[in-house]
Amino acid sequence: MNIPDDLLYTQDHEWGRIEDGTLRVGITDYAATELGDIVFVEFVEKGSHVAKGEAFGTIESVKAVSEVYAPASGTVTQINEPLADTPELLNQDCYGDAWMVVIEMDDPSEVKDLMDAPAYEEFLAQEAK
Amino acid sequence: MSDRATITRFPEIREPLLRARSAAGKNTRPCPAPFDAADPADLDIAEKLPDIPDVSEVETVRHFTRLSRLNYGIDHGMYPLGSCTMKYNPKISEELARRFQAVHPADTRAMNTVLGYCALLQGYLREICGMDACCLWPAAGAHGELTGMMTIKKAVERSGGARTKVLIPDTAHGTNPASCTIAGFTTENIPSGKQGYLSASTLREHLDGHVAALMITNPNTLGIFEREIQEIARLLHDNGSYLYMDGANLNAILGIARPGDMGVDCMHINLHKTFGTPHGGGGPGSGPVLVTKELERFLPSPVIVCDDSGNHSLNWDRPDSIGMVHSCLGNVNVLIRALVYLLSLGGEGLREVSLRAGLNANYLKSRLSRCFDLPLDTPTLHEFVLSDRYQKEHGVTTMDMAKALMEFGFHPPTVYFPLVVPGAIMVEPTETESLEELDRFAQAMETIAAMSRENPQTLHETPQACPVKRVDEVWAARNLVLTWGAGESNEEDPVSK
Repeated sequence: MNIPDDLLYTQDHEWGRIEDGTLRVGITDYAATELGDIVFVEFVEKGSHVAKGEAFGTIESVKAVSEVYAPASGTVTQINEPLADTPELLNQDCYGDAWMVVIEMDDPSEVKDLMDAPAYEEFLAQEAK
Repeated sequence: MSDRATITRFPEIREPLLRARSAAGKNTRPCPAPFDAADPADLDIAEKLPDIPDVSEVETVRHFTRLSRLNYGIDHGMYPLGSCTMKYNPKISEELARRFQAVHPADTRAMNTVLGYCALLQGYLREICGMDACCLWPAAGAHGELTGMMTIKKAVERSGGARTKVLIPDTAHGTNPASCTIAGFTTENIPSGKQGYLSASTLREHLDGHVAALMITNPNTLGIFEREIQEIARLLHDNGSYLYMDGANLNAILGIARPGDMGVDCMHINLHKTFGTPHGGGGPGSGPVLVTKELERFLPSPVIVCDDSGNHSLNWDRPDSIGMVHSCLGNVNVLIRALVYLLSLGGEGLREVSLRAGLNANYLKSRLSRCFDLPLDTPTLHEFVLSDRYQKEHGVTTMDMAKALMEFGFHPPTVYFPLVVPGAIMVEPTETESLEELDRFAQAMETIAAMSRENPQTLHETPQACPVKRVDEVWAARNLVLTWGAGESNEEDPVSK
């Protein structure tokens, strides 16, 4: 299971990367693998405000439909538009080209609640039990 | 593949679309028709001929007969689709319901009889569920959910409250949040916990002045009885909220436990699951709604009333009602089937239905948990959920095994649901399967488990003996084609891509 060291993680299997007060967000390798082949993604509109833990989009695989939740509160300033036409990228490069949105955080200190890579790895191990 | 007891019941040739057999002038009838559909002069309004295939009668009959042989139904064999309750539909219900097909809704005398039957059915359903009032009109389970939630919405509005939120445990049916949303509520998912049922303490954390209701399925989609339901009901009522029960799994508790006694305020029943009427492409459903005395005045219009001389009629004068949800007594033919089912079994027979459904499921569970992972060991009733954890070590998934089951002549179980179990395989044998059939199914599952260890590659390629082999679901989902355009070639076959 690929869990990059430089990212932060939620219990709902989203990752976040801090970039100058903004947070780039996607889903983890674990989430993409568990969902299976992803066939559809849809996000809130650019400029929307999302609260921490609130859904900012929907992912659909052949198995299930899930929501993706904001790791921190803020305004969605960028959306990965090409992902709508190439949802399979999420199964190929979830930490790279398949990022989902960029959130301009209301309170950048909120990220302290997120897990680092070793903590997320431990969380996954606990979940598997 | 030779070591498998495969069942081949499919014709050798692949049946093309009727359009592919079409050619000008083929439609010649062996006997004269009342008018000639090929001659526009005989038709009053038609501006041009309808675009339908030009085929002969014998070709048409053979086409549909061949297609019917590609189908699989409960009359073919076991259909262990968890939570869908695909039990055998007794033919006596069909036979008696058929006699009412020609009744016209404006025929007052005949309708008096039909309304009398509806009233009788309402009475039985109220007794079975321990509820005060019943509305038979919703056309399906999800329609019942929507009707029930609209009833609660109206009650909340009448009491002047601004409650907007409905809580839904993560073991719920996918239709629950959808019904709530359409009824005008927002929904909040609450976790059911590792033991597979909702604890009252978890519920307490989510209760506040915005909660209009909790929508719970009991027993839930893991087949587990919600053992804290009475405490849950008490917490909700103290909070001024309603308890809605999705009755999709009522077939597990007939004559044993009553939702009304659990503290349920509003619920729906799936007649097509619990009371043995056809469904799943086999016919329309029916989702009666039952409520407490308090909610009765909000139920849909009309209601059946009976005068002193025993004549039944419909009363539309109901100022507080949410309105009409279906014309002409809902799917009245399904109601009659359900009534026949109830009457032919009687009270003791209904209780026996639930006991046997539980026995059959627990027999299969105990046998299959030797070779499949059983993620929860909480006792279950009429259905149970396995996972593909052991088989995944050999690269074999739930989907592979579901496809392989078709080779053994079984409809696959429900897969990848409920979402709380990764790689879920949800089995509901129902009470109508014999021990021999259960053993045959268990044997097929055990063979598949053995194949996953010894020859996993074969399982990726199943089914081989079915008319449609492994469908590329990913391709289909990413390239949606929802319409069939005239003139498209029959060779255009997404399945083989």
